[in-house]
Amino acid sequence: MHNSELLPHLFRTEYRKLVSVLCYLFGIEHIEIAEDIVSDTFLSASESWSIKGIPDNPTAWLYTVAKNKTKNHLKRSNLFEQKLSPDLKHITDKVEELEIDLSEKNISDSQLAMIFAVCNPCISSEAQISLALNLLCGFSAQEIANAFLTNKEVIYKRIQRAKEKLKDENIKIEQPKITEINARLDTVLTALYLLFSEGYYSISHHTVLRRDLCAEAMRLTYLLMENHHTDKPAVSALLSLMCFHSSRFDARIRQNGMMILYDDQDEQLWNKELIEKGIYYLNRASQGSQLTKYHLEAGIAYWHTHKEDTKEKWENILQLYNHLLILEYSPIAALNRTYALAKSNGKEEAIKEAEKLNLADNPFYYSLLGNLYTGLDNQKAVAYYRTALVYTQSDADQSILKKYIEQLLHKVDPLTK
Amino acid sequence: MNEFLLIFRRSFIGEEAPSPEQLQASIKPWQDWLGNIAAQNKLARPLQRWDAKGKVVTSSKTVINGPYAEIKESIGGLIIIKAYDYDEATEIAKDCPILQMGGNVEIRLAVPADYHE
Repeated sequence: MHNSELLPHLFRTEYRKLVSVLCYLFGIEHIEIAEDIVSDTFLSASESWSIKGIPDNPTAWLYTVAKNKTKNHLKRSNLFEQKLSPDLKHITDKVEELEIDLSEKNISDSQLAMIFAVCNPCISSEAQISLALNLLCGFSAQEIANAFLTNKEVIYKRIQRAKEKLKDENIKIEQPKITEINARLDTVLTALYLLFSEGYYSISHHTVLRRDLCAEAMRLTYLLMENHHTDKPAVSALLSLMCFHSSRFDARIRQNGMMILYDDQDEQLWNKELIEKGIYYLNRASQGSQLTKYHLEAGIAYWHTHKEDTKEKWENILQLYNHLLILEYSPIAALNRTYALAKSNGKEEAIKEAEKLNLADNPFYYSLLGNLYTGLDNQKAVAYYRTALVYTQSDADQSILKKYIEQLLHKVDPLTK
Repeated sequence: MNEFLLIFRRSFIGEEAPSPEQLQASIKPWQDWLGNIAAQNKLARPLQRWDAKGKVVTSSKTVINGPYAEIKESIGGLIIIKAYDYDEATEIAKDCPILQMGGNVEIRLAVPADYHE
């Protein structure tokens, strides 16, 4: 790997590990010091490597330099004696003897502790995601802003405020206690689920970045599954869901970043390896009696890996949606459920139920009705698609709706061709 | 928005135990009906399943074990929904699968604290 590629690559993989270990060591009050030391380490690498060439073991080089910089900083700033000592005294009395543990085990423990600290309900889920991307995934404020289609300042402020709040609340960066894992895990899984969804459903055309968000969400979920205490069925279910969705990542995006809808996807492009993994994790999730929304959503995603429309497929999807909505309502689940109802029980019944949904401010409501009326009353279908068009912002969605209207107009009156 | 209690009742007298196929076929209408209500975000409480047998204490303090040959109708289940008024709650109840089985639905408004009749 060339120097110009190696350093960004190492930054991606090692920055977050070093930050987590140092934060775990210093505590929440000194996050910035941890970040400064790690940034400084990478700056040194870039200077030194361009003059002296890349060392034999670049990762070990980074770790050694980070350790030395940490010790120097602690000595120089008197931070060790004045501030850190109460926490660190139990390890050692002297900075020189302080062991900065960069073993795989401690890196993994540190990251787990950081996940639980960052995904604390005292900050909003928006803030949790930005902070997780920044501290746990090594994304810059600019990259996060690109993914969320906002500007750097907004994200920067959001991250700063979130850090201040965690400090004010004196949140500890520690291994989650076994007694509170179940209660805390919910918030953590919600944050990881949202992080994945940001990548998967984002209207940003930045495909590489979106893929990275999904991969990071999966990596962090995998980290939870690897730890004995956090390895709960809901974690496997969430990972299964992410695998099934990711398996269609390539098939659903064109070269130009445009979306390809499920029906038009080339199933040869679905990633079979990820589908297999999804099935494996779903089986793993079915141990125990707990049934979470992740189980149900993973089940729905599993049936979507069967391209062919069968009675069995849609009946299963409908019942999973019924169950999901009974557990937790969401407008998107209500709309998708109505589509499954049409596939399973027929369009007439689905239209009757769609009209009761009370989602008149949702553009997908009108495209659903457009879909349901197609073939039954094409003029109505066109009218609904046109209404949907008025509510729709993204170019990708607009062009899909225009395509449907075009197709229907040809059917309504062949002479207009 | 108000909350309404929907209680499903039907007679179980003289009924043979359903076959597994009949049982399976009777589940779908319930799941779909509950799914319809949930899709409108009108379930007020999480669903609770109830044991089918139960017990009844009579006025003479005799305890009867279910199922009840002596009692004409027994509770099949209950849910609590959100609806504006009795009209809306009634419309929802009209699709309840218990009606297909010869049963009925009793609807009761949850009385708000500031309610005056």
